[in-house]
Amino acid sequence: MSLALIAALPFLGALFPGLMIRAGRGPSALAAAAANALALLGLLIHAPAVLRGEVIHTRIEWLPGLGMDANFFLDGLGLLFAGLILGIGLLIILYARYYLSKSDPMGQFYTYLMLFQGAMVGIVLSDNILVLLVFWELTSLSSFLLIGYWKHLPEGRQGARMALIVTASGGLAMIAGMLILGHVAGSHDLSVILTQAGAIQASEWYLPALLLILLGCFTKSAQFPFHFWLPHAMAAPTPVSAYLHSATMVKAGLFLMARLWPVLSGTAEWFWLVAGAGLITMVIGAVIGLFKDDLKALLAFSTVSHLGLITMLLGFGTKAAAVAAVFHIIAHASFKAALFMAAGIVDHEAGTRDIKRLGGLRTLMPVTFAIVAVAALSMAGIPPLNGFLSKEMMLEEVLHAGAGGGWLLVVLATVGAAFSVAYSFRLIAHVFLGPVRSDYPHHPHDPGFGMWAAPALLAVLVVLIGLWPMTLAGGIVAAAAGAVTGGAVTVNIHHWHGLVPALFLSIVAVGTGLVLVGGHRRLDAIWTAVPRPEAKRIFDAIVDACAAVARGFTDGLHNGALTRYLAIFTLGVVVAGVWAFRTGTHAPGDRLLTEIAPVPVVAWVALVICSVLLMVLHRDRLLALVLIAVVGLMVSITFIYLSAPDLALTQISVEVVTVVLMLLALNFLPKRTPVESGASKRLRDLIVAGAAGVGVAALAYALMTRDFAFPTISDYHLAHSKSGGGGTNVVNVILVDFRGYDTFGEITVVGIAALLVFALTETLLRGGRANRRLLAWVPDQRRAGDRHPMMAVIATRMILPVALVVGVYIFLRGHNDPGGGFIAGLVVAIALLMQYMASGFAWADARQRLDYHALIGAGVFVAGLTGIGAWFAGRPFLTSDYGYVRIPPLEEFELATAAIFDLGVFLTVVGAVMLMLASLTRIAIRAGETVNIEPMDVDPSAPSHGTEGR
Amino acid sequence: MEILVASAIGVITMTGIYLVLRLRAFPMVLGMSLLTYAVNLFIFASGRLSIDMPPILSPDGAAYVDPLPQALVLTSIVISFGMTAVMVMMALGAFLETGHDRIDMTGPQEDEQ
Repeated sequence: MSLALIAALPFLGALFPGLMIRAGRGPSALAAAAANALALLGLLIHAPAVLRGEVIHTRIEWLPGLGMDANFFLDGLGLLFAGLILGIGLLIILYARYYLSKSDPMGQFYTYLMLFQGAMVGIVLSDNILVLLVFWELTSLSSFLLIGYWKHLPEGRQGARMALIVTASGGLAMIAGMLILGHVAGSHDLSVILTQAGAIQASEWYLPALLLILLGCFTKSAQFPFHFWLPHAMAAPTPVSAYLHSATMVKAGLFLMARLWPVLSGTAEWFWLVAGAGLITMVIGAVIGLFKDDLKALLAFSTVSHLGLITMLLGFGTKAAAVAAVFHIIAHASFKAALFMAAGIVDHEAGTRDIKRLGGLRTLMPVTFAIVAVAALSMAGIPPLNGFLSKEMMLEEVLHAGAGGGWLLVVLATVGAAFSVAYSFRLIAHVFLGPVRSDYPHHPHDPGFGMWAAPALLAVLVVLIGLWPMTLAGGIVAAAAGAVTGGAVTVNIHHWHGLVPALFLSIVAVGTGLVLVGGHRRLDAIWTAVPRPEAKRIFDAIVDACAAVARGFTDGLHNGALTRYLAIFTLGVVVAGVWAFRTGTHAPGDRLLTEIAPVPVVAWVALVICSVLLMVLHRDRLLALVLIAVVGLMVSITFIYLSAPDLALTQISVEVVTVVLMLLALNFLPKRTPVESGASKRLRDLIVAGAAGVGVAALAYALMTRDFAFPTISDYHLAHSKSGGGGTNVVNVILVDFRGYDTFGEITVVGIAALLVFALTETLLRGGRANRRLLAWVPDQRRAGDRHPMMAVIATRMILPVALVVGVYIFLRGHNDPGGGFIAGLVVAIALLMQYMASGFAWADARQRLDYHALIGAGVFVAGLTGIGAWFAGRPFLTSDYGYVRIPPLEEFELATAAIFDLGVFLTVVGAVMLMLASLTRIAIRAGETVNIEPMDVDPSAPSHGTEGR
Repeated sequence: MEILVASAIGVITMTGIYLVLRLRAFPMVLGMSLLTYAVNLFIFASGRLSIDMPPILSPDGAAYVDPLPQALVLTSIVISFGMTAVMVMMALGAFLETGHDRIDMTGPQEDEQ
């Protein structure tokens, strides 16, 4: 099976449980299990080859330009981890099926779980570090969802947030570290990076990369001082704790340290950082664990401690230590997952997991007791179980590493081991041994087979691997350790090494552990009396402080004075422009200037006068509209003068529509802008505006007086407009053909803008303050006595057919002469608009059957369909075609698919403009504007006045 | 001609920014419209100025103005219209909801009923 498929299967599997839950809890679990089992099967098919020492690759080119390809590889280490993830995953799915109660949304649970599983498998199989980072972040996110699965519990939400903050921050550091690593190695593929040990360790970037990557690994694997999130993550349902927080996710950090071991280890920095953090974590976790009364908290700290142990072994940097680390990963996954599941069973059946309220469960829950006894004894390192073997190996390595006078290392490791023994024994003694109590919250009994099958299987494995380590685990340990160290390793796991120092240390640890658990009551009293830093409180304080700083920063910058931001922004841009001008090199412009004729000077004077007047007189809003319309008109004249007939036509028609629109809106706005800013503030604004104006003018002048710095692509358009697009109006051909995709996007935007206006109107009219204000509207200006004068009514009606013909004409000639869909749409819209203005909304509306929404939709649809049509000719989206036809007695004329596209543009523009104006009209009607059914308020044929229709 | 166009762009920009810096919605909308003119003219001018050289191919035409900026500006004009309409509508809605058309969010926020 392709490795990519193995990684994808859990993701595919994530889709089904959420859907299958409608069929029941069983099918939902089955769907998840099926995907999981299939992936596991695919993995196992590769196992023999990998155990022989082969490395399997799957390469899929994805974004080669970024060095990001979906490359996967499977070696011994990947096989070990993928096997753990998929194998234990299957057991967890079984266990969770019986653990979750009826009220828990099980479909969601399995979907999250499978997402997590896919992300984990992705991490361990990735060859490309960028892809690996994506999966890495995905584990943080899916673990957030799983920890917070019981959304109603505040501990769940807080624990999820804490885990996300800690692990995702580490993930960010990791991204930086990985990018450095990839940069130094010259490739983003792990299989290449792993061969570059010399170059990486010699690089000056080695230490930063190491620190950043270790930050990611330590946060993920809960190493000191980031260990605090793991116990809080125990708010998750127990299957999650067993899966994520003992067997898999927290081992992702270990995996990565093991994966990068060949290139990062072996230096003094690696030894001190990794082995040091591991040792501290191991001791602290074990000590705290002994004093936890919550079963899951005890196990969580024990996990922290064991993760520290493995980290320390990896930090030693020797081959034998790597073998010990790999073996302990297997041992820990087996006994800790079993213990977590058993803790879940106790919680589930006895109703509490507080050790102080338990005890004497041995006879009540014999099966659970057997599982816990085996697993906990293994955790304590009692022969012949697998935990004993790995602990012996650990102590052996500690003695080697501490040979040169590092007695402190030996002492601390032994202390850690002793506490480990103590909490393991406490788990058995205080929960299961002792007298049967009468005050359990529930009556405890063993659960059904479905619930204890998974931990029992793991407990059996603990025993079997303990008895025959070389037969059962020798091969995979050798393959994995070989992959970690990048060379062949000799694996030799035995119970009896003779009377070696490690054995004595082990005996000391067990003896001390027994003493500790014996004196637990007294020690506990001391422990509670001694003040200790509380990690959660420190974490909360840090988060609160960060939030306060961020809030202060935001409030300081963002005080609601929008105009001030705009002023600052404008000045910022001006300063950036000046700075660029001052620091850049430039030559004076030598382009031949066009000469100044008298007509443009007149237009220029009109434009400047109106602009300046606008600044002075803008408080009279009606006058301001007139002035701005003049400016728009002058801009249109500029376009026509400077060889842009299409632009001039568009600008002038848009101008009309815009002014009408603003007039309609102004009807409901104050007619005057009050004086609010003092003279100094206005002067300040004038200076800001003036600086920007001078800057823009200078920039425009500089641009226009120089020739193009690069050859323009316009020559291509000019050359191919006729031959390729079939039109002589190059601007129109660019719009509907060369850059048709842009135009398609733009008509969509215009359509959306119109719908937005409509939606805003709907919201305003639905009720609430705006609606009440409109209903109580009193016109602030005198109404016209004759709102629909006869002259206007008659004239517009006469003009309508002419205007429509002009619109059609402009549309048709557009491909070869100035015109086209945009302009034709505006012209037709204005023609219709005139009817509304002259004869009244209701009268006009009753005489046309166009639905503006449908018009917009049809326009976009037609344009899109034309584009798709190109596919049937086997060409890319929006490729146009044209031909010439001759229908006698007409002359030969051209037919182009671009014209159909332009029709779409036309329809959208008409629909959009009309919908916007119709929306404003609806506001007017709500405000009590009378609705006419007659075209004129005054009927000239009637003998007397006053037949105003309502 | 260049100096006229450049200074016109500058004047329109100045007026536009001055109006945008006012404290009420309506001048702000006007200012944005003016800035649209300025930006459109600027983009248009980036194709350099030419008189009597419209980009309409003809058998005897030897030189044409750069058509690409024109195509960009044409759609820009239409889109700006759509955006102006949305802005006007938002200004109107805000006024109808709150009874004033101030845009700054500082100071007391009580409504003018």
